[in-house]
Amino acid sequence: MSKIQDAFAHGKAFIPFITCGDPSLETTEQLVYAMEQAGADLIELGIPFSDPTAEGPVIQEANDRALSGGVTTDKIFDMVKKIRANTQIPMVFMTYANVVFSYGIERFTKTAAEIGMDGIILPDVPFEEKEEFAGACRKNGLALISLIAPTSAAPLRLANYDGSGRQADAADTAGAVSNHARITEIAAAAEGFIYCVSSLGVTGVRSEITTDIGEMVRLVRSASDIPCAIGFGISTPEQAAKMAKNADGVIVGSAIVKICKEYGADCVPKVAEYVKSMKDAIRDL
Amino acid sequence: MKGRFGIHGGQYIPETLMNAVIELEEAYNHYKDDPEFNRELTDLLNNYAGRPSRLYYAERMTKDLGGAKIYLKREDLNHTGAHKINNVLGQALLAKKMGKTRLIAETGAGQHGVATATAAALLDMECEVYMGEEDTKRQALNVYRMKLLGAQVHPVTTGTATLKDAVSEAMREWTRRIDDTHYCLGSVMGPHPFPTIVRDFQSVISKEIKQQLMEKEGRLPDAVLACVGGGSNAIGTFYHFIEDESVRLIGCEAAGRGVNTAETAATIATGKLGIFHGMKSYFCQDEYGQIAPVYSISAGLDYPGIGPEHADLYDRGRAEYVAITDDEAVDAFEYLSRLEGIIPAIESAHAVAYARKLAPAMDKDQIIVITISGRGDKDCAAIARYRGEDIYE
Repeated sequence: MSKIQDAFAHGKAFIPFITCGDPSLETTEQLVYAMEQAGADLIELGIPFSDPTAEGPVIQEANDRALSGGVTTDKIFDMVKKIRANTQIPMVFMTYANVVFSYGIERFTKTAAEIGMDGIILPDVPFEEKEEFAGACRKNGLALISLIAPTSAAPLRLANYDGSGRQADAADTAGAVSNHARITEIAAAAEGFIYCVSSLGVTGVRSEITTDIGEMVRLVRSASDIPCAIGFGISTPEQAAKMAKNADGVIVGSAIVKICKEYGADCVPKVAEYVKSMKDAIRDL
Repeated sequence: MKGRFGIHGGQYIPETLMNAVIELEEAYNHYKDDPEFNRELTDLLNNYAGRPSRLYYAERMTKDLGGAKIYLKREDLNHTGAHKINNVLGQALLAKKMGKTRLIAETGAGQHGVATATAAALLDMECEVYMGEEDTKRQALNVYRMKLLGAQVHPVTTGTATLKDAVSEAMREWTRRIDDTHYCLGSVMGPHPFPTIVRDFQSVISKEIKQQLMEKEGRLPDAVLACVGGGSNAIGTFYHFIEDESVRLIGCEAAGRGVNTAETAATIATGKLGIFHGMKSYFCQDEYGQIAPVYSISAGLDYPGIGPEHADLYDRGRAEYVAITDDEAVDAFEYLSRLEGIIPAIESAHAVAYARKLAPAMDKDQIIVITISGRGDKDCAAIARYRGEDIYE
């Protein structure tokens, strides 16, 4: 797990996401090496799922392409073994609960740790359901990455259902309970790094991000010194720089997956070029 | 554990939605025993939706099958033509109390979409419905009804372009816009508290059956039958009989072209334990947990999972689940039309089909209740096509 900490030791971290097997596992392997060369600090490897409910169209389609190409969890494990013979860059899986559950939580986490993965992100496993997976992750030495969303800090309107609709402003609502406690609770129990979701909605490129990221990160900091990386919607070096100012790193998925789609098997140098431009934009902030 | 039915259920959803379901649970717990809320809801159910629905003695069917006495619970007579309105009026009223101004919903056969569009019109709320593109073709009439009622219908083209993809897209839309929006989920599925809320609003079905049959026969039924996709009309039919061990609870799944083919949606027969769409339950899936592209002639049962309470009733051996093929369902669709003058929804025809097998094997002093969850007008074009006839020619 200390390898994940290393990812945040070279300036602000750049964390690219790619979908394994899009367009092929051979290309995925080459992408890992090229992205490391280009300055990536930690790599998120997506294990495709048939129905990825947290993804926008770009990554949904990448999942479909990969699955149509015959990619399976076992084939991805074999690919990771090959990669680990050549590089020690920190890597985490990103996939959905059912992929891990159907494989067997213990069997999946044990294998993932043995082949050299450092962590796992499960976007459909919130804090409430975490323990089912966290035990096996801890035992096998895999960090289970926690997510925090803009709505995590939303005030709860508990007390004032008067039938006319609730007050828009929580401050006006008698008995409202501010829910900042949720963020600090998640942060206090987090491992590896915290994945801060930049905005509402699913993954995908956005022209503007309006969430107060600084406030989210401050709340995390009040409970833990764990690194915070911001993801969802980031595609340009300017956005990356803006986000990274308030955090320890940025995560980019859809923008890279778009390049993979556009260039197919020839995507490796294009992705490397993109990763370099992103890391250059945030390295010295 | 919270929101669990045995090992099933839970809240497997993105962090972005957690506060929304926590808020919903708080609001529901506040209102479910609130006399004013219940007075308003009962008024809507009785005077707007037409409850209580009739419990009809199907004499010709009973004589034809020569066994158990058959009653039909006529949810098809509700306003909008299906049981879906029971749940929708409850959720829409709750959403309104919570200050929400917009309802979103998934729909398969279109009945839940129509019911949601109806409630939105009545309560002056915005409404957007997500429907698999495949289903918008199978159920074109319902698409038109939703538009007529002022709803926007979004055809979903991802995956198999059916109900499962409509649910995924509605969940994605909810993560995009939460503050003013309530996701009016149509079945006893998804993350807690939906399976409980939808079950409570649908349990009026078994509450009425119990009372009505007591008046007519002075006793409990021997079996109650309902079709199961996600399972909302079935749980509504079962709920008040769960404690009555003498009553057999029978859910009828869609076998599609057969449980031994890949073209099936029979979750209990062919699925295994998994986590999807916010819940732990049984799902049709491959060895790596990829959700199967299921199939049924019935758009409303064409779903790869089943509600968590059903999964638990199955584990406990309390309810039985049987699989009915397309052929059997279509035969039953025509059978009930000709024999009783009642055209059932193709979904409900799955329950009728099993009754045709079960009733003859039972004694004449025994009683079966079949829930006719909806009316079949919406299915006429598709069934005609199945029989090789194009009624729009």
